[in-house]
Formats: sequence, structure tokens, C-alpha cells
Amino acid sequence: MAISVKDVEHVALLARLELSDEEKNMYTEQLNTILGYMEKLKELDTAGVPPTAHVLPIHNVLREDVERPSMDREKVLQNAPYREDGQFRVPKIV
Amino acid sequence: MDLYRLTIHELHEMLIKKEISSLELIKNVIDRIEETDPKIKAYVTVVKEQSLAKAQEADDLISRGENVGPLTGIPMALKDNMCTEGIPTTCSSQILKNFVPPYDATVTRRLSDEGAILLGKLNMDEFAMGSSTENSAFFHTRNPWNTDCVPGGSSGGVVAAVAADEAVFTLGSDTGGSIRQPASFCGVVGLKPTYGYVSRYGLIAFASSLDQIGPVTKDVTDCALVLNAIAGHDPKDSTSADVQVPDFTKYLTGDVEGMKIGIPKEYFAEGIQPEVKDAVMTAVQQFADLGAEVEEVSLPHTEYALPAYYIIAPAECSSNLARYDGVRYGHRTEESEDIVTMFKKTRYEGFGQEVKRRIMLGTYALSSGYYDAYYLKALKVRTLIKEDFDRAFEKYDVLISPASPSTAFKFGEKLNDPLAMYMSDTMTIPINLAGIPGISVPCGFAQGLPIGLQIMGKAFGEGNILKAAYAYEQVAGFYRQKPNLTGEE
Repeated sequence: MAISVKDVEHVALLARLELSDEEKNMYTEQLNTILGYMEKLKELDTAGVPPTAHVLPIHNVLREDVERPSMDREKVLQNAPYREDGQFRVPKIV
Repeated sequence: MDLYRLTIHELHEMLIKKEISSLELIKNVIDRIEETDPKIKAYVTVVKEQSLAKAQEADDLISRGENVGPLTGIPMALKDNMCTEGIPTTCSSQILKNFVPPYDATVTRRLSDEGAILLGKLNMDEFAMGSSTENSAFFHTRNPWNTDCVPGGSSGGVVAAVAADEAVFTLGSDTGGSIRQPASFCGVVGLKPTYGYVSRYGLIAFASSLDQIGPVTKDVTDCALVLNAIAGHDPKDSTSADVQVPDFTKYLTGDVEGMKIGIPKEYFAEGIQPEVKDAVMTAVQQFADLGAEVEEVSLPHTEYALPAYYIIAPAECSSNLARYDGVRYGHRTEESEDIVTMFKKTRYEGFGQEVKRRIMLGTYALSSGYYDAYYLKALKVRTLIKEDFDRAFEKYDVLISPASPSTAFKFGEKLNDPLAMYMSDTMTIPINLAGIPGISVPCGFAQGLPIGLQIMGKAFGEGNILKAAYAYEQVAGFYRQKPNLTGEE
């Protein structure tokens, strides 16, 4: 299954990554090599094998629904690159 | 006196007997950093004034005759992906270059509560993605045993600092070998605990089902002491295991009589450096001489671990790193006419090539039409790998292999060949997929470069690992050797 430059452009958009033309060509070549190596997994018959997404037998960890203070607004905003009136500032969305 | 050369347990004795003060110790290690780090470049940030103030607090506690723990007054440092309130935490990435966390990671808090003193933050491969620390956006860290060689990665600064005596102990993180492979390259002790044993709260996420924090130390006794301090349940991490934590120093008996040790034959297949194989087989013989029962065992799915890992880890990374959008923290591009362009440019400017490569790989593996063929398939193979270990641990207490197929390589050697770089983690990756613990302890040298012995145990079997590692270390004695940095005898 060969990956084209067009596929790389599509994936880059999904991942919200801008790529230079040079990077597009490099990633096309490298993703083909790496995914070619992944084909090895097809040697294994995994019919009936359950997937392991997580190794510990932990499900739905809940805590008491108790009111408690959240982080101070100033602390939350201290790392924001752009802020205004106590909020994060972003370009127009709609 | 060269206090910086000593271990936690040696320094603790001297501190409580008041033979030295913590202030004296911190000053001594900071002098060492100032002298040696321009050459090694382990530290991204050093917090000199803060550490001196904390040393004074530790000395006050000791002089009041308070009952202090083994880490009180001991200088340490953290990988720069663990949050430290008020101190920059960069992940060695341009995108987080100016990030100052508003809170402490649980490990930061626990070490601070135990009285350990933070010296600074350590260099790494950007977002912990890499095997040589060459992917740091800032600078290369050098291997103290040979400065033409990489320290390994991704915890390169973490192991180089301990090997060069620029910290008494450090914490690293390990997603596919990022503690054990560099520990092996730099001749120090590095443990990846069982998944969920140490809280990940405040550890900047790479691949959440694989990431685990662990200690890097000068010997196995120190490893047990640090693990005592950081292991245990944390309500702030929903994947934290709710299990009792024993006193790990109780396992340091030196007695491995009757211990059942398996040698997985797949870990000695072609591609392994001959000196590495010889050193590990010599160690195996030493275990037999100590009365352990040693047998060969097969873990048949080993060769599938690397391809499965390089689907699962990038898939999780592509999801975790979606948060770097230039809105709440981190770098943001100057030009931003619309929101999608802002995201794309911010991430283009902020991430390095390996991080982008893994985001691309992971996004592809999770994208419509490929999810079943790649991601789901890899999760099923992960089950088979875990079952190999489950079967082996029905019979054996620990398994032994090399920690890496080779000793440290030279700068640039694998940088332009991602697949060759990924191969240097073949011995460590299966352990992360299975969620079990593994340690690397020094077991010899080849051309002056250290070799690491990996000891693996079943989930929450750190006690047996430390027992075996301690017994070996006492007989083999490689941990006493230090790199010869310029100006030293």
C-alpha cells in the first residue's frame, strides 16, 4: 500500500500540520518505509484475539462528587500567548 | 571532599551524623555542574538559588533532630517533561520553551515532601520521542564515557547527569525504553516500574498507555530508596494502580539461591553486538554461580513488538499532542488570519521533525479506512506479546536480556534513518507493551562504553527485580566505575 504526496497532504491537514514541500517528500518516503515494515504484523493470525488498549484491569474510576475550588483564573491564563479580559484570545472562528 | 561522587545511602549516613551539611553537599554538586556540564550538557535549567534555600531548610530539620527520611537534603534533578510549579518545563521543545507550569507533578511533590532538593531540569528528546537525545530542540547531551557518542534517549540528560555525578539521582520517563536504553549507554541503574505504579499526574503525555516514570541512580540500593518515595496510588491519575507498596530495601539481601531465571532466546538473535551478548551471558553465569536456576525460555512474538509499538505509540501521541494549538500555553505563530491556519503554522513552527513524523504516522494509522488494518491489529498483537510474558512468569521469577542490542553509537549515525533509530529499542519495547517492570544495571564495557543488563519481572514484581539486580551488582561491581572526565584522575 503505497502512500502518495497527496495522502501525506491529507494526513497533515487532519493533524493540523503545515509542511514544507521538502518535508512532504521526505515524509512520503519515510512513511512508506516505516509502514512497509509494519506489514510484518500481517504474518500473524489475530482472529479471535482481543485487543489490549490498556494493561491494567481498571474501569470507570470515580470519585465523590464534592465541590472544591478550581485553579485560580490568573494561574490558568499565565501561559496564554494571547489573552484579553481574563480570557484566551483566538482568531475569528465563525 | 568530592561529595558529588557518593550515593544517596552514603550521603544520608553522613547527613544524619552531621558529618556534612546539606548546604555543603548542594554547593559541592552545583560546583560540579558548573565545571562539568558545559561539556556534558545534561541540564536545560539549573535552579541554584532555590536549591541552596531548600538545603538550608533541610539542615534546619536535621539540626532540630527531626526524624528525616533517606532523601532529605539529597540533590536530584528531573527530566524536563515533569511539571515543576514556577520552573520552566519545556519537553526540550520549541513549542513549550516558555511554559512555566502552574502546578507540580505528583512525583515532584512527593520528592519535595521527602526533603529531596531539586537542582534543575534535564535534557531529552523532544516530547520523549527518540533514542539518542539528538531530537532535543536545544542542544545535544554527550555521553560522559565518550563525548563523541550519544547518551541514549529519550532520557539522555537524565542518565548523563547521574553518570557525570551532576546529580545524586534523577527521574526519567520510559515509554519504549527511554530510561533503560540510556541507562545502559551511560552505565547507571535505571528502572521502569510497572505501568500505573508511579503517578503520571503532571508528566507531559507522550503515549498514555505506555508512559511510566522511574528512578535513575548510581546503584540498586538508591533505586529502591527512590522507588519507595515515588510509588503508590494517586487519586489524581485515573490509571494509577491502587496497590500496597512494600519497603523495597527489604529485597536487597544478596540472596538469589533458588531464584528461577528465564533467558528469552529471541533477545539474543542476530543483530546483537557480540560484546553485549558475551557480557550478558557472563552475568547469567554469575547468577547460576550464586545458586539461581537459569533456563532458556521462548517469547515467540518478540519480533512483532517493534512494529506494534510504532503504531500504538504514534497513534496515542497524535491524539495527546493535539492540545498544542497555541491557545492556552506554548508557542503561537505571529500570523493568524484564521483558526486553521493558526493551528497549522503554530505546530509547524513549534514541533521538530521526529515529533511531526510520529504525529503523521499516528494520524494515518487512526484515520478512516486504516484503523482496523493498523491500530486495531497492533492492539491485538499487543495481547499476544503480553500473553508471552504471562506464560513465562508462571514459571520464572525474572527474565534476563541485554537492555540494548549495542553500546552507545556516535552522533549522527542513525539520525537520518528513523527505522534504524527505532531498532535500538528492540529489547525494551516489549516490556512497555506488556506493562511489566524492567531495570538496566551495568554489566561490563566494550571499547570503553558501558553495557546494560536488563532484568524483567511480572507486574508489581519490582521486589524480585531489585533482589536479583542487587545480588548481581554486589558480585559484579561495575557500578563502582566512573567515566574519566577531563581534569580527573
